Amino acid sequence: MTSHGLDADMSVTRAGLLDGLMTRPGQVWGAVRLVPLVRAEPVQDLRLHPQIYGGPGVVDLPGRRHYLSYIPHGFVAEWTTDGSPAAAYGTQLSSGQPQQPVATLRLQFHRRMARREARHRLRFLPLHLALEGYLALHFGGPAIAWEEWSRQALSQGLSPRAEAAYLGADVPGLADALRVFEIHPGQCGVLVYLADALAAAFVVPHPEDYRVLHPTLVQDLYGDLVHHYATLMPPVPDFRARITDHGIRSLDELRAAARQQTAQWADFHDETMAAGLLGQANTWQRVYRMDRFTLSRFLPPFRPKQDNHIGEAITDEHGRTVYLKTFRLSENQVRRGHLLNRLAAHDWHLADTAAELGIDEAQFGLRLKTAGFGHLLRQDVLDRYRSRAQATNR
Amino acid sequence: MESFGDLIAADDVLFFVNAAITATGQREFHSDEGAQQLSLDFLHAYMLGNYRDLYAGVLALDINDHNAALIIRRLLETAAEAIADQRRSEGRLIAGRLALLPPQRVYGLFRSLRRSGVNNRRTRALLRDWLSARPDLALDAVKYRSGLKQALRHTHLAPGDAEVGTFLFAPQSSAHYDTPILETWRRAHYEQTAVYELPYTVAEGFAAKHGIPRGVFLERIAPRLTRVERLRLQQTARQHGPAAMEAIGTDLSRMPLTRLAGYVLSLPAAERVSRREELTGALRTAAARVAGRHRGRWGQVTAVLDDSFSSYGSGVKRQRPLVVALACHYLLEALAGRYTGLWTSGRGDALLAHPVGPTPLGERILDALSTAPERLVIVSDGWDNAPPGLAGEVLRVWRTRLDPDRRTSVVHLNPVYDATGFDVRRLSSSVPTAGIRDAEDLPALVEIAQFAEGRTGLAELRTYLDARAAQLPPIPQRPAERSPR
Repeated sequence: MTSHGLDADMSVTRAGLLDGLMTRPGQVWGAVRLVPLVRAEPVQDLRLHPQIYGGPGVVDLPGRRHYLSYIPHGFVAEWTTDGSPAAAYGTQLSSGQPQQPVATLRLQFHRRMARREARHRLRFLPLHLALEGYLALHFGGPAIAWEEWSRQALSQGLSPRAEAAYLGADVPGLADALRVFEIHPGQCGVLVYLADALAAAFVVPHPEDYRVLHPTLVQDLYGDLVHHYATLMPPVPDFRARITDHGIRSLDELRAAARQQTAQWADFHDETMAAGLLGQANTWQRVYRMDRFTLSRFLPPFRPKQDNHIGEAITDEHGRTVYLKTFRLSENQVRRGHLLNRLAAHDWHLADTAAELGIDEAQFGLRLKTAGFGHLLRQDVLDRYRSRAQATNR
Repeated sequence: MESFGDLIAADDVLFFVNAAITATGQREFHSDEGAQQLSLDFLHAYMLGNYRDLYAGVLALDINDHNAALIIRRLLETAAEAIADQRRSEGRLIAGRLALLPPQRVYGLFRSLRRSGVNNRRTRALLRDWLSARPDLALDAVKYRSGLKQALRHTHLAPGDAEVGTFLFAPQSSAHYDTPILETWRRAHYEQTAVYELPYTVAEGFAAKHGIPRGVFLERIAPRLTRVERLRLQQTARQHGPAAMEAIGTDLSRMPLTRLAGYVLSLPAAERVSRREELTGALRTAAARVAGRHRGRWGQVTAVLDDSFSSYGSGVKRQRPLVVALACHYLLEALAGRYTGLWTSGRGDALLAHPVGPTPLGERILDALSTAPERLVIVSDGWDNAPPGLAGEVLRVWRTRLDPDRRTSVVHLNPVYDATGFDVRRLSSSVPTAGIRDAEDLPALVEIAQFAEGRTGLAELRTYLDARAAQLPPIPQRPAERSPR
């Protein structure tokens, strides 16, 4: 499809995404609902690289000689030897030896690093890399040099691409919700809902990693849609436990009924609330494999007007998720993704793609332009489309 | 037969009492300072507007000092609206409560009255009576100098002692004071030995002025420390060597229970382990003292104590809910014949309690009920979240289906005021909830909680308030000779 060669690996099935994790009762604060995910047995041999986030030191593992660690993309740290800050370029896996080099991107502190796009709307680099990475990796640009494409599109593809998103701290109520959230024992992950729309999923291998990284959720990116929901929606209700008291004659029966409440909630959550993420047929791309762990990225099918999550995951040899981070695309991003997806499916041929979408080539060209891809088309081609569209409108 | 209005009045008062016990207008875990104050202000305005005499009556209960000062302030601000009868009873209640308040609170109260421009005859009379009952006005003049000065200036009163007047308004004009403490204060400006004869808070300023090393200062000021100052300085003294520690070291078993619990929780876990015998012993002694004659007479008691993450409280009320829970744990142990304490986190070592994890209150209540207790006491901030509402459901089903004859009495004590609900959060309508500030009040609160169950009405509540009012300290007698200014 692109020069990066997508590997459509569907071995991780829908149930697998949250396999090995148990859903515990969620906690609500305003329009934010945080649903904890608990691991019965923490993953000991894959840990967050302690150096990249400068948190607590390396945890000694009794009876183990070393462990793997992963370096998440978003965390800026004093990593380079001369002490200048750097961001890890994409999530990486490495073995525990500290001398092993990590691919980092030097940060240039100029005004584009954290650029304010609008009031309360910040474009900033570290996590941004991930987002750009996701999209640029998949959409390298036209694979066949049809004459409509501009020179820039052919030589550089879609890169560099910028996507604006909101900083978690600007999403109303999220910071407070994270502050008052009570972390469960053994918790290794969380699903963040805003106005009961799934905004992000975050899973780490070990509870101690989670405890350290829990506050960083406010530094993550959230799409337009999530921000609007959080701003406009009234507080969401709690799913309060209800016990029907008929037929309860002893304490044991009461206990059983209480247990059932917890189980029912977990089932409801996994089958209904998280369905958008768990149910989407992702396109997986394997990025790296080390020992028993595999790092992959996934892209949604870009169905307009539905949940679409991009994300990255590390899975173990049984396909269980040990690390997961997702980002919910906004409607505009989904539309753009959808257009590019269709284009890629038709080898970047404009007329064919337009035919599939049931519109003519000129309309499709203009749609590309409104979606922000005008620079990919040659100027004269674009002008021709515009005049043709004006002629038909008259 | 009580009217509907009476029932509402009784309900409102209990509502307010819960708030007045728990709320301090400071930041809590779930709401910020502004929300707390706004919410509390509303309650005070509502009570004052609708039930003025009941509002004043609440002064006789074990409400916290913050709310007591607020009530007094509002009553004095609206003195003109009271009828003659109300004035008499209010004057009595206010004077009684003022005598109980710590002096710095009273000076703070008069400062706020000054700010809002309240200077009526009652206010002046109250301050005059209160001042004349102060055991040592010269000490007040040194310790609370600006407070006393502003209060006198505002109410145009003359201090009984002419030298105190000179000291307050022109301290440097006198070359010698006859009152010993004032003379010490004068000498402390240039003489280091005099510093150690002053109250700790005043001496601290002079020590800084003279550049006295902290360790030396602590060691020599030790005899002048009050009990609470001594407790507060324990850890500081520890850092300044064995001599300071020896001097400050205090007999923990003489400390009040809740303060002691706060001190224990402020220690790092390792130290709590190494001093386990001493700390546990001190907590048990303090609890036994509070239990008094009720000791061991409560039968079989089970407590569910909240040590979830939210029991951390906030930066300004650090671990307050957990402190209360820990103190209740030891108090109930002393009160009970046979006692089981269950923490929500599932840990068993009360001394090592620290705030962590969710609040699976429903589960823990089930565990508690399976010990077949006569009394179940729940100490929690009412945020039940794993899963939400399970505790209420368990209690409801238990009450309606499994124990309709009330063989087990259940009480929920809540140390946190919920600003949005204008009350402490409840777990279930079938279980009475009362606010709690100090574990020492627990026996009295269990009594108040009976009102909250809706089985008693306004008449009983009034009788209760009157009985409590009679227990307030009497109004101090006016001194015969008063020197006009």
